[in-house]
Amino acid sequence: MAIKDLPMEEYLLEGHAACPGCPITIALRTALKALGKKTVLVIPACCSAVIEALYPKTAFNVPVLNIAFEAAAAGASGVAAALKMLHETDVVPVVWAGDGGTYDIGLQALSGALERRTDFIYVCYNNQMYSNTGIQRSGATPYGAWTTTTWGGKKEHQKDLSEIVMAHHIPYAATATIAYPQDLFNKMKKAREMKGPRFVEIFAPCPPGWRFDMSKTVELAKLAVETGVWVLYEAVNEHIEFNGTSKSIIEGKKERRPVEEWLTLQGRFRHLTPDDITEIKRELDARWEHYRQLYHSQQKGE
Amino acid sequence: MIVIDTANHIAALAAKMARPKVAAAYPITPQTTIVERLAQYVEQADVDMEYIRVESEHSAMTACIGAAATGVRTFTATASHGLLLMHEMLHWAGLARLPIVMVNVNRAIGPGWNIWSDLNDAMSQRDTGWIQFYASSNQEVFDGVIQAYKIAEHHDVLLPAMVSYDGFILSHTSMPVDVPDQKEIDAFLPEFKPGWRIDVENPITHGNIVPPEPYMEIRYSMQRAMEKAKRVIEEVGKEYGERFGRYYGLVEEYRCDDADYVIVTMAALAAEAHFAVDRLRERGEKVGLVNLRTFRPFPYEKLNYDHMIVIDRDISPGLGGVLAHEMKALPGEVYGFVAGLGGVDVTYKDIERIYALAREGKQGWYPTEVK
Repeated sequence: MAIKDLPMEEYLLEGHAACPGCPITIALRTALKALGKKTVLVIPACCSAVIEALYPKTAFNVPVLNIAFEAAAAGASGVAAALKMLHETDVVPVVWAGDGGTYDIGLQALSGALERRTDFIYVCYNNQMYSNTGIQRSGATPYGAWTTTTWGGKKEHQKDLSEIVMAHHIPYAATATIAYPQDLFNKMKKAREMKGPRFVEIFAPCPPGWRFDMSKTVELAKLAVETGVWVLYEAVNEHIEFNGTSKSIIEGKKERRPVEEWLTLQGRFRHLTPDDITEIKRELDARWEHYRQLYHSQQKGE
Repeated sequence: MIVIDTANHIAALAAKMARPKVAAAYPITPQTTIVERLAQYVEQADVDMEYIRVESEHSAMTACIGAAATGVRTFTATASHGLLLMHEMLHWAGLARLPIVMVNVNRAIGPGWNIWSDLNDAMSQRDTGWIQFYASSNQEVFDGVIQAYKIAEHHDVLLPAMVSYDGFILSHTSMPVDVPDQKEIDAFLPEFKPGWRIDVENPITHGNIVPPEPYMEIRYSMQRAMEKAKRVIEEVGKEYGERFGRYYGLVEEYRCDDADYVIVTMAALAAEAHFAVDRLRERGEKVGLVNLRTFRPFPYEKLNYDHMIVIDRDISPGLGGVLAHEMKALPGEVYGFVAGLGGVDVTYKDIERIYALAREGKQGWYPTEVK
């Protein structure tokens, strides 16, 4: 699908309160085009709760229930149950949460909702930190990254949320990024057309948080995939398929670009030592070895 | 029909007869037999309801908020630590003006682990914007749950409501309860008409960032709703009486007409105090009982007595009994007693003794430190 063929309807309106160069608005605009009018957003504390704009106005053209930080998936469970009782099963509750609200404080509620086979979509837009509160480390922050709670760089690697989610054996899980809106649109559309718990994680480079120029949001998202820092795949009924550049890398048709290209564009990595870069490369290699095993085990299973 | 059963089973029965469309709950002693009974109702198709067996009480309250915001009647039940875990979402439900009804089985807070009754769990939620009812018998549990829906959902109110009663003393004690027919309940409690709801045809954003002035308006409107709730509680209690023969109000006044002293308390202690008042009256003491059915909104206009002996099964450390201290702003003399924490037994004999101590002008921790 060409980008000009995306639906014309806009559910993210003008006048929202996002920063210039914000990846979340790209993600929201694209995702909502795929989700359509019959969508209820459930939004915990995160940047999107600000992007909505100030009461009594709203920039969202679908109903939104704001909910407490750790509670989004539970709130969506209640919405889903009520919609079922009201026979409004064509309406889908969609959690729209950041990585802090998903990897960290909201993980219990998410796990519970997935295990209960809640009929909803959970979207985590991952900008690798608590950006709304002003750039603090989260469980998604990568090794070495400066944040305002890791002034000397984070000492630990991020966890793998999508694989935690997939361990719940749900019908649909996918990763995406704002650099490839058609891929994101298609994944959201596929999720929209299925039933049961569905999950999409969207990689979202944040200019003020990562310390890069606001014109480079898309470029950085693309580089993340090309260097292998982010991987694109989807799992339909637990069958994993790698997509786009990630597919070419896993099939050996393309080399990962050097991770330094990704690191040097961002002020948050400016202080890294050669040892830090070695450690980042070690983790990246280990992660890709894991992806390769995943890929080959899937091929064997066919 | 007379049903003989525990307060927990009666609460579950009342919840079922109120026909909530969504319930979300998590087990905790001594509430657990409510969630068990609800599960039986759902699995036997005795009730048309989505029942979400959540992974925590925080999620139970949040799921109720999501469902109520989507426009349906909801129910949950909890106790003690479960109620405390909900605390954030209790505020959320209040500020979102969602008329969720919850049963709370009063239980002491740890450490050390203690499963017996005291009211600290619910009393410490007093500022969350929930209407708080306390029941003294299984009959009051049934009647309270049914009325709580009608009061909470009244469009002059639209606030969540909590019905509390003592763990084990009521929760696991069987008593006869007069249960009306479903048809009569349906006539008293029609289907829920929400004040607002999530609707894809009317895409509003609920709960987004609000500047200081409108925030204060939201708070003011809650306060007004609580004040209006006093009238609605009296009206609904009267209508309930006309239909079912049992009248309710903000407080129950027992032998207060010519009383020089009144005992003021709530929940199971109030049931016990009836016996104490009867025995004291037999001895010629002019004493009555005010049983606080409603703690929020606070019925200060019903506490117009010269001498009030307040028995708190709760404590605000550094202040004293919560109820006694809320009443100290009233014109009458207040004699505050803290008793029965963590399930320490308080019998009618203890209440007679408390009365005698108050007559000597004393107050304090009963029985160890009364001065």
